[in-house]
Amino acid sequence: MILVFVEHEAGVPLATSLESLTLGRRLSKVMGLPLHASVAGDGARGVAGALGAYGASAVHAVEDPRIADYAPTAWARALAQVAEAGDARVALAAATDRGSEVMAHVAAIAGLPLAASCVAVAAGDPFVVTRQRFGGSLLEDARIDAGLKLLTVAPYAVPPEEVEPAVEPEIRTVAPDLMEGDLRVRLTGREAADDGRVSLSDARVVVGGGRGVGSADGFRSLEELAGLLGGAVGVSRAVTSLGWRPHAEQVGQTGARIAPDLYIACGISGAIQHMVGCKGAKRILAINTDAEAPIMAKADYAVVGDLRGVLAAVIEEIRRLGSS
Amino acid sequence: MEVVVCVKRVPATAGKITLTEDEVDTKFLSFAVSPHEECAVEEAVRLVEAHGGSSTVLTLGPAEAADQLRDALAMGIGEAVLLETDGTEWDAVATARAISDAVSARREQGRGLDLLLFGNESADTGDFQVGVRVAHALDLPCVTGVKALQIADGRAVAKRQVGSGWEVFEVDLPAVLTIKEGINLPRYPSVPGRLRAKKKEIERIVPERRPAGPERLRLHLPPEQERGVQILGTGPEAAPKVVEILREIGVMAQ
Repeated sequence: MILVFVEHEAGVPLATSLESLTLGRRLSKVMGLPLHASVAGDGARGVAGALGAYGASAVHAVEDPRIADYAPTAWARALAQVAEAGDARVALAAATDRGSEVMAHVAAIAGLPLAASCVAVAAGDPFVVTRQRFGGSLLEDARIDAGLKLLTVAPYAVPPEEVEPAVEPEIRTVAPDLMEGDLRVRLTGREAADDGRVSLSDARVVVGGGRGVGSADGFRSLEELAGLLGGAVGVSRAVTSLGWRPHAEQVGQTGARIAPDLYIACGISGAIQHMVGCKGAKRILAINTDAEAPIMAKADYAVVGDLRGVLAAVIEEIRRLGSS
Repeated sequence: MEVVVCVKRVPATAGKITLTEDEVDTKFLSFAVSPHEECAVEEAVRLVEAHGGSSTVLTLGPAEAADQLRDALAMGIGEAVLLETDGTEWDAVATARAISDAVSARREQGRGLDLLLFGNESADTGDFQVGVRVAHALDLPCVTGVKALQIADGRAVAKRQVGSGWEVFEVDLPAVLTIKEGINLPRYPSVPGRLRAKKKEIERIVPERRPAGPERLRLHLPPEQERGVQILGTGPEAAPKVVEILREIGVMAQ
């Protein structure tokens, strides 16, 4: 089988997991193997129905009250056992925080190589993956020699595709055989973000600021614009390194990956580490004094000029239209 | 508190990456440790400042990686270990094995270990797995993606940031933690720190390379994503055009 680790939130599969499932289905076709999914955590069983639309013929629901909440090593143990019992040839997950972590544990448990952040797979002999390096600004073709190939799938690399007609997956209950040490790391609590703002990952509009904003104070106009558009503020690494804004707002290789309808990049030069964080944006509008800045070539729209003046005028225009 | 922090020497890229025949062209690039690891080094220094004990920085890499060890020493790390390679790239399995062996050997020599820190992933190969593999080899608990940390009574309370806030994990020490940038703001090394670091002895070990895959076949650049930029104007006069675009995309609130 081809086995896909599916993440979900309260019974709804994550979009990134549907991407992995889509890649898994392509592999199942090429390799002539059934596509199975493995789901853990509270509500796992309830996810199964939604996965039939993506071609999963069976869903392994990991049910163990000790690990109903996230427990990386134990979830990996369960996944490794499902893979072994079903003689899986490929096991994959989305390259999210949890997907990357669970697959790393599976790889360590099974003593096998793991190819992280893959964007494409050629499932022949040899089995070759194309994977991201430097957050995606460089690609590597690599060959995996193992009975069970382990990989994670880079977000946004494979658009989710439903199958017609949807299949009705068979649900199989998994009672994992856990080892003592597997339970040492479990999620023991959650703390809500304290500000009630729109989160960067969900925002339809992100107003981004770089070194060109000039100071911590300079972000007031970015916040105002974000507020008017119901969006969130994002920043470049330079800004968090200078201590102007909290790291939670950083967009880029070591920060958040965003996928808004519009990213408004203000005073951001466009270093590759930043661009890998916002390449999921549908549209990019750059505001920059330097018409030759790298961001200009990567944007859909650009305004050349000092961002203070431009933002003030844009804010005024939006307010004028709003009050008329 | 005995802390070991593992780092990796990586090219500091900013603009477009260029390739030689089969490698990243580093002729015009400087080197540094990955950003997550710089924060792991800072965290190690702060932990020892707060709880006493000692800190060690460890890297696997070519002789030149001694530069990155000295940077860490200059920030306040006590000792440095270089697992010296000939510059060939090591895969994650082989790297984890060499690090596990070195840490095990230290423990057998009676050196304590409370925390073994890594960066969440390296900036170059981005494998997301060396720390986890080492944790399994040493039979230690592991929390990844740590962006807030408190240590008390032999336990670590480690937090990860998620979209909606924070996830909290509590583990007994010794433990492996992989750190994310943002947990702290790393200090700049002082001049006396730099001078001290220059004089320090670096322990050198030459591990045996046992590749396990994936086997790299070739590197290539992703296709250029030129979006064909449309210049809306210059300065504040462009505002009406900008708002028109906002409407077109459908992101205006009203």
